[in-house]
Amino acid sequence: MNFTLKIWRQRDAKSQGAFETYKVTDISADTSFLEMMDILNNNLIHEGKEPVAFDHDCREGICGMCSMHINGHAHGPSQAVTTCQMYMRKFKDGSTITIEPWRSAAFPVIRDLVVDRAAYDKILQAGGFISVRTNSVPDGNAIPIPKADADESMDAAACVGCGACAATCKNGSAMLFVAARVSSLAKLPQGKVEGARRAKAMVAKMDELGFGNCTNTGACQAQCPKSISIAHIARLNREFLAAKLKD
Amino acid sequence: MSCFLTNSSVGKKVVMSVTGCFLVLFILFHMSMNITMLFDWASYNAICRFLGANWYALAATVILAAGVAVHFLYAFILTIDNYRARGKQRYQVTVKEKGVAWSSKNMLVLGIIVILGLGLHLVHFWSKMQLVELMGGHASIVDGVAGVQATNGAAIMMITFSKWYNVVLYIVWFAALWFHLTHGVWSMFQSVGFANDTWYPRLKCLANIVSTLIFIGFAVVAVYCFMTSDALLIEEMIAAENLIH
Repeated sequence: MNFTLKIWRQRDAKSQGAFETYKVTDISADTSFLEMMDILNNNLIHEGKEPVAFDHDCREGICGMCSMHINGHAHGPSQAVTTCQMYMRKFKDGSTITIEPWRSAAFPVIRDLVVDRAAYDKILQAGGFISVRTNSVPDGNAIPIPKADADESMDAAACVGCGACAATCKNGSAMLFVAARVSSLAKLPQGKVEGARRAKAMVAKMDELGFGNCTNTGACQAQCPKSISIAHIARLNREFLAAKLKD
Repeated sequence: MSCFLTNSSVGKKVVMSVTGCFLVLFILFHMSMNITMLFDWASYNAICRFLGANWYALAATVILAAGVAVHFLYAFILTIDNYRARGKQRYQVTVKEKGVAWSSKNMLVLGIIVILGLGLHLVHFWSKMQLVELMGGHASIVDGVAGVQATNGAAIMMITFSKWYNVVLYIVWFAALWFHLTHGVWSMFQSVGFANDTWYPRLKCLANIVSTLIFIGFAVVAVYCFMTSDALLIEEMIAAENLIH
């Protein structure tokens, strides 16, 4: 397969970026998107040009490192997968593929397609944890948890923190990410204890870092590689309001 | 004043939700009142007399105006926040995401159309009714017809909607409101946390029912007035109202 790639190139956070056009030829349909990028970079290095910088790590859809806004979709046109798990057979032979970095004020571009997602880490540091004693592992069945609660918590915990939600949202809102973190802990007895403090601290940090306000469009859940539901946002709203009203 | 309703993103959305809910309830009340017109214009005018420049109607008007003002002001505050959060550099290629309603991404634009329509509506009706009474008057000239009493809502409606362009303008206004409410009505439940995957289809169905009901309820009355309006009927309405005063 052959493709024309329109890729955003930007030297660093301060400099002005622009689109550059490249051609890749003879790509197997079973090449993953990131492997195709590797082939492009290999070619660029051989031509003595600067390779395209992009984020990646595990390449099995669990680390949340890969990003890329491909043809208008966060993580590309495949449903419910990260960029690394998308294959070139998903694209039409000979087509032009436009690749952009996440666009959100809270995720500044570091270089080319790499953005700084430290804002999500800062939100997590504000309250996305539980304070437990870290001695010997307790018996897994010591605290009975209803199956439905465990399932809902696990669905929320599937969030890899990639930033696709804020990158997709027309308001640059991080609500789906924050909601997933709050929800995964709020549904379990260990997390419930600090629920009120967590919801308040994480929302406050999210607002402070300049993320926008949720207007319930649902674009985030449509583009989320882990298909996280906006029902978790409703839970976050509940948790936050209950905590504030108790104050 | 530092309070979560003014300084947090979730709190600000709660304000939008609560004021929006209040406005929807008012619109449902207004629509029910208008429906009276289809059956008996004299009863409609009885309601208008009840809602003149007395203390309870004025108090309700002030609360209502405050509701509109807060909803409108917060819409701008939220939109400015969101515009900043989006960043200066925009995507070159964008798509319509699956399951995302057009109205949900255009609430401000729809809201602006609604408020412009509201301005026109206030000029057409409120300025001829409650405002006239507030200024100490009893009657005014409506579209060339003299001596129309401030409590004669039926005649004012008949005169206004005898013009086809007013009917068209109002229908455009109701259509914008329909779009606004198909998103707004379910969204206000989400913003206060009353929603989950089981309830989304139900809430969205409720939103469609409420907004469609409101559209039909208002549009039917405007069209009915356009169809039945004639000079004799308007004269009869004015004479009947004069007898009461």
